[in-house]
Amino acid sequence: MASEPNHVLEFPGGYTRSVGPVIGRFLSELRDGRIVGVRTAGGRVLVPPAEYDPDTGEDTTREFVEVGPAGTVTTWAWVPEPRPGHPLDRPFAWALIRPDGADTALLHALDVGDHAEPPRLLKTGLRVRPKWRAERTGGIGDIECFRPEVTMITAPTRLEYRLRGGRALDRFLEGIEQGKIIGHRCDVCGQVIVPMKGLCPKDGVPTTQEVELPDTGTVTTFAVNNLPDPRAPEVPFVSAYILLDGAGLTMLTLVAGLPADQVRMGMRVRAAWRPRAEWTRAMSNIKWFEPLDEPDVPFDDIKDYL
Amino acid sequence: MTPPIAVVAFVQTTHTGHDTGLSETELLAPVITEIKERTGRKRFGFTCSGSNDYLAGAPFSFVAALDAVGAWPPIAESHVEMDAAWALYEAWVKLLSGETDTALVYGFGKTSQVDTAEMLTVQLDPYHLVPLGVDGVSLAALQARAYLERSGAEEDDLTAVAARSRAAGRANPYALDLPEPSDDAYAVAPLRASDLPPVTDGAAAIVLASGDAARDLCERPAWITGFDHRADPHSPGARDLSRSASARLAGERAGAAGVQVAELHARFTHEELILREALGLGDDVTVNPSGGPLAADPMMATGLIRIGEAAARVHDGTATRVLGHAASGPCLQQNLVCVLSGDHDG
Repeated sequence: MASEPNHVLEFPGGYTRSVGPVIGRFLSELRDGRIVGVRTAGGRVLVPPAEYDPDTGEDTTREFVEVGPAGTVTTWAWVPEPRPGHPLDRPFAWALIRPDGADTALLHALDVGDHAEPPRLLKTGLRVRPKWRAERTGGIGDIECFRPEVTMITAPTRLEYRLRGGRALDRFLEGIEQGKIIGHRCDVCGQVIVPMKGLCPKDGVPTTQEVELPDTGTVTTFAVNNLPDPRAPEVPFVSAYILLDGAGLTMLTLVAGLPADQVRMGMRVRAAWRPRAEWTRAMSNIKWFEPLDEPDVPFDDIKDYL
Repeated sequence: MTPPIAVVAFVQTTHTGHDTGLSETELLAPVITEIKERTGRKRFGFTCSGSNDYLAGAPFSFVAALDAVGAWPPIAESHVEMDAAWALYEAWVKLLSGETDTALVYGFGKTSQVDTAEMLTVQLDPYHLVPLGVDGVSLAALQARAYLERSGAEEDDLTAVAARSRAAGRANPYALDLPEPSDDAYAVAPLRASDLPPVTDGAAAIVLASGDAARDLCERPAWITGFDHRADPHSPGARDLSRSASARLAGERAGAAGVQVAELHARFTHEELILREALGLGDDVTVNPSGGPLAADPMMATGLIRIGEAAARVHDGTATRVLGHAASGPCLQQNLVCVLSGDHDG
């Protein structure tokens, strides 16, 4: 149907239909913001209500029962590209929804939010409720669509602080501001602590002897992160513990420059610095660590730093 | 006692996936001419057709098709606004009455002229479904998910049906040449483009005959040993969409058990799986050797072609007991089963 139509079949103004007492009751209740079904002689509740019981062909009882408004999805289909006649103009689901108290299901559109693909919450069994139009006219469209029941809220969280990092960290960041990585050597055990704390965590003694370390090191262990983080380049990203050459403790940083599934324990890496003009007194001067074209370090050489 | 009734001739167009510029009547005329030549008959005791005015976009569009038949002096004629498989059912009943011993049945459709998924919308329940604008593909997708979740089948199982149907279609000179299914995007999830029937223009005709007339007209008549059609509730939410209760019942009543070949009117891949289960067709049954509706879907003739293709297996001696199935309405709501045999006692 690539070309424009040259023939149109249409009833101008729409086709007038009588609805009768059963469908009429259903539509009138919809206009009042209620969903009703009708009870069969066998006790089942049919929604939408029907004149006849589809199982037996007998008249239904004409006893109308309010159902829902909440209901359960019994099957669904995802429309990635809505047609002009569809009730929503962005991707949505069609669903059969069995309102609470009913024995049959109602077909309607289900809006699960603005997603290109079906979100994980959308599955058979999902609990949903109608979204009513403010102005109702007595039609199935008085329900604009159904929406999932509320199962979660997002609570705003914010506190403001004025923090100072302490003297050792200040000195470390002073180095970073100049493109240097500074650590402290412990007088007792001799290991280099980076970033330094001014204390050796092993011996519990103050440290003061500064050592400048190269910006190369070895990945000891790592994690692949699939939740977005403003500090990471993209999802998935890799956070890793890196043992800088000459250091006795690992530091936590990002690893990038290769696919996440190719990062390895023992991999050699070098810091990727931002351009010098962008340097500030912050760790973000190093964007992340990138792989070095060197052989991996054997596990035995890093096993004590995990 | 009622004489046995058989499909004695079947003719179809070489179906096309686009509009070749022929009107419905022009599509049909060579088919009628050929079936008259094949049977050596110029007139038949009864004529019945199946078509849909919404496909052509004009009321009483089936009347023009009578020009292809020749209706003067007046003929005994009827029409159903359904697939021509139901016209065949009406003709079968007419022959059962003993009023006449031959009947011509035909159907035709050009789905190139309208978006059929939207055309099917206007034929739904006008109170609860039409105002929502729910289309034929979306309804099929609701049934597909219900079936997949209930049966444990995977989307790959659907693609396998499409691949087998398209391969069979490429081997069938009357069906379309469609490529192997590729990793298509979803049309309406869980259905992809290859799970949907192709746009098709075409027509088909069958001649039914009873008793001696059948033996005169055909070397190996395909005798109808069982014929039944059943319907499920029209509201898609009032039944278990993952199963087809009406197909099961029609199959039981028509005697589907023990067939060698089944031609199923499954316009969507999952429908074949639902129907196989409902009709009790095991792995030993050859399903849709013609490619089925997934390889050519000239709507309103598609169901009739299923019965014609099944009968053709009896005519050519490659099978002795076969089944033709036709469906109508949303989500396989109505099902018709015709069982045919090389032996009129079944």
